[in-house]
Amino acid sequence: MRREQGRRAVFTRRMLLVGAGQVAIMGAMGARLYQLQVVESERYKTLAEENRISVRLIPPPRGRLTDRFGEPIAANRQNWRAMLVAERTDDVGATLATFAEIVPLTEADRARVERELRRRRRFVPVVVRDHLDWEEMARLEVNAPDLPGIMTDVGQSRIYPGGEAFAHVVGYVAPPAEADLDGDPMLELPGIRVGRAGLERAHDQALRGRAGSVRLEVNAVGRVIRELAREEGTPGQDVTTTLDAGLQQFAAARIAEESAAAVVLDARNGEVMAMVSSPSFDPSLFDTGVSAAQWREWTTNPRAPLINKAIAGLYAPGSTFKMVVALAALEARVVSPGERIFCAGVTELGDARFHCWKRGGHGWLDMREAIKQSCDCYFYEIAKRTGIDRIAAMANRFGLGLQPPIELPGARAGLIPTRAWKRATQGVAWQQGETLVHGIGQGFIQTTPLQLAVMTARLVNGGRAVEPHLTRAIGGVPAPGGSAGDWPLIGIPEAHLRLIRDAMAGVVNERGGTAYASRLPAEIGAEMGGKTGTTQVRRITMAERERGLRRQQDLPYEWRHHALFVGFAPSQDPVYACAVIIEHGGGGSAAAAPVARDIMAETLRRDPARRQAPPRPALQVAAAERSGR
Amino acid sequence: MIERRLTRERGMSLAEKLGSVSWSFVVLLGLMAGVGYAMLYSAAGGSPEPWAFRHGLRFGFGVLMMLAIAMVDIRIMLRLAWPLYLLGVGLLVLVALHGEVGKGAQRWLDLGGFQLQPSELMKILLVIALARWFHRASLERVGNPLFLVPPLIATAIPVALVLKQPNLGNALITLMVAGAVFFAAGVRWWKFALVIGAVAVAAPIVYESLHDYQRQRILTFLDPESDPLGAGYHVIQSKIALGAGGMFGRGFLQGTQSQLNFLPEKQTDFIFTMLAEEFGFVGAASVLALNLLVVLYGLAMALACRHQFGRLVAAGITVNFFLYVFVNIAMVMGMIPVGGVPLPLISHGGSAMITVLIGFGVLMSVHVHRAVEIEGEQGEV
Repeated sequence: MRREQGRRAVFTRRMLLVGAGQVAIMGAMGARLYQLQVVESERYKTLAEENRISVRLIPPPRGRLTDRFGEPIAANRQNWRAMLVAERTDDVGATLATFAEIVPLTEADRARVERELRRRRRFVPVVVRDHLDWEEMARLEVNAPDLPGIMTDVGQSRIYPGGEAFAHVVGYVAPPAEADLDGDPMLELPGIRVGRAGLERAHDQALRGRAGSVRLEVNAVGRVIRELAREEGTPGQDVTTTLDAGLQQFAAARIAEESAAAVVLDARNGEVMAMVSSPSFDPSLFDTGVSAAQWREWTTNPRAPLINKAIAGLYAPGSTFKMVVALAALEARVVSPGERIFCAGVTELGDARFHCWKRGGHGWLDMREAIKQSCDCYFYEIAKRTGIDRIAAMANRFGLGLQPPIELPGARAGLIPTRAWKRATQGVAWQQGETLVHGIGQGFIQTTPLQLAVMTARLVNGGRAVEPHLTRAIGGVPAPGGSAGDWPLIGIPEAHLRLIRDAMAGVVNERGGTAYASRLPAEIGAEMGGKTGTTQVRRITMAERERGLRRQQDLPYEWRHHALFVGFAPSQDPVYACAVIIEHGGGGSAAAAPVARDIMAETLRRDPARRQAPPRPALQVAAAERSGR
Repeated sequence: MIERRLTRERGMSLAEKLGSVSWSFVVLLGLMAGVGYAMLYSAAGGSPEPWAFRHGLRFGFGVLMMLAIAMVDIRIMLRLAWPLYLLGVGLLVLVALHGEVGKGAQRWLDLGGFQLQPSELMKILLVIALARWFHRASLERVGNPLFLVPPLIATAIPVALVLKQPNLGNALITLMVAGAVFFAAGVRWWKFALVIGAVAVAAPIVYESLHDYQRQRILTFLDPESDPLGAGYHVIQSKIALGAGGMFGRGFLQGTQSQLNFLPEKQTDFIFTMLAEEFGFVGAASVLALNLLVVLYGLAMALACRHQFGRLVAAGITVNFFLYVFVNIAMVMGMIPVGGVPLPLISHGGSAMITVLIGFGVLMSVHVHRAVEIEGEQGEV
């Protein structure tokens, strides 16, 4: 009995101990629970919210680009897509097989769908086919009961109604590359596109808009349970360009056969009405991705279809530079307009001989005749008298050698050499013979077709420093620079400008002018002024000159001269300025002037008389204010 | 009065036995199962399917089984202690040879639609066997080291088999339950100290022989944030859910962590987390208190028993239950490694529920037969 009591006492003691221990452990767990649930609760509540809520962005529609009349040149198209949600069908294979009977499905499509289905979770829609047409959509809708798991939705893709004609100016969109990621979270969205070239790139921020967002409750695998809140985004702004779509199309078609570029400006305010470069490319190919073969073809083509020659092609201006030389000489008072200089067909300076394009020479010429007949010897003489630095200064006032502030990326500044430039870059002194060569627009000098068009505009608009631009309005708000008064004068006496304009009218409209064959047809009811230019790609050797091998069409293509023409119209009250360059076209009067004639004729046909572009809103407001007062 | 009557009568009638069942204890268990039903209803997103209804059904069946066992005379259990122990070991061997492989371990025995985890049952059978051994022993005999060798071997065999499955958590619990019986029987403190010291020395060696996933659990326990999307994910999400519950919880069916499936295995291992998220600290602490009450009830039954066999059995079963609760709750709070131990009576899972109720059946049998005279003891009384 005593033994039993001893055992029981030990047992009781120890069990009380065990019980106390258990109470203590439970108490410790309760304390831990208190710490987690009450003391640190806030922190964990935040973490739970982060778990639960997923913020997704809704991409806004990209803004459109239109021409000056509101015709779209870059727009969005509804892209109807068929998607498959694996968890909503019992048999993915059967659904796809039925689908293929209704809408054609390539083996590649099928392989891609199966690959994506394997990779993604079962509730994530996978695109089966996109860019479905209306009839295909209708067939899918009708057969919906036989297509479990298939759903249709609509996305957006970029289209370019103008196609290749606008490619260099409008640019294109493409999926963002690493370098495009500027912190905008929208760029992380699948299917998003950014402007990669041209105006699409220049105005990307405005066109892009701001993404909306939607706060979703998601579960642990990311499935959406419900929508909690939605914030609408801002659609991209429409950008109205200065282009005339019809003129752009015409100009592009006119130069399509050549490696060429053409620019038409409104000379009064610098608006670019057409800017084409040939050959071109299809901008919509970048949306889906360019094949390696296509890319190789573009980049190895010697005619460089991806380069916008109007802003990035560098050419010696040739005789189109002579007006600048003449104005520099007049300003320096080294020649008077009426002074006659003799052309013997060759000018000698020391041992060097400088030839006129006309073998026998032009005889005695004043400035107007020299421009009209494009006499080289006259300009050798007055360039020599003026000096290269004064010529360069005048060229700069006309925008040559300076970066034009055009919106497009990749515009080149070209080169207008000076004595200082040559010493700094080549380490040798300027030679007087080089001044003569530059007097006819050859040598180191390099310009772009856009610069030549701007030069021409400034020659004929009363000497206003208009700058070329492509933007009329962004989101309905007008861009500055719409009227002539916005641009400062460059300080050339009107008498000098009138002389030049008159001489250029003579080039086209008088017998003996280098572009007489390219005067405008009578039905236009206006005349064009201009100046031809022919620049050597390669020096003509003395041996060739003696052999008489001078016909351009006898030379291999890449040795032929570049043909240039700058022009304006109407000649009496100029509104439009243009520049045309045909690479390896031969001569300016034979190859470039006819193209310019046709483009200018079309420009005048489309003139406001018959088709008035809506005035910029700012002008309307200003007019209303005026009338109100 | 009552005790004298019970002592006097060798055979009790069924009505008498039923009358002496601790019905308040049964109500307590029913309360726990009710909590489990509610939580399983919520885990299914507000539906009795697929868990809550079956949970209720199993509990009903389990309670009947528990009461049936409670009616079995404790002396029959004493007599059958060793045969039952051998049956348990046999089942463990069987499961090692033919068991279902689940989650990388052989643990289950499929008995025609009813899955049995013999390692759970084994703990109860081991407790009965050890109690049988110590039942006759005086304190002097218990003090003799040689006397402790047979029960140590009896413990080592099932522990080794469970470890082999491999199921580290259950092996450790089995060891601790056995230890509790040894302790209750009066084995000296310094002997425990000796064993614990030996384990500390052996631990690094054992660690080397662990499976990768077991090592991973231990490593994850030491630093859960090191692998937030891997094994540590469960514990981190569980802690987030607990913390998000706050003082009063997010409301029934409103726990985002559990309803949105951030919480893994919420119907089994992590049901306590779910409860804590939806009912807050108040609800979780109440369930903790409920569990403590069950444990203290068990200890009270042990202390009230007049024979050593019953006392030891009751102590072992109570400690077993306590360890279940402790391991599960400490696990979901990130206090010990994730172990795959359910919360008894609340978690979904047939095998666990049945074995827990079998254990309580034995406990209640002890309570019903607390005053019977056991022959073997008479000489010593």
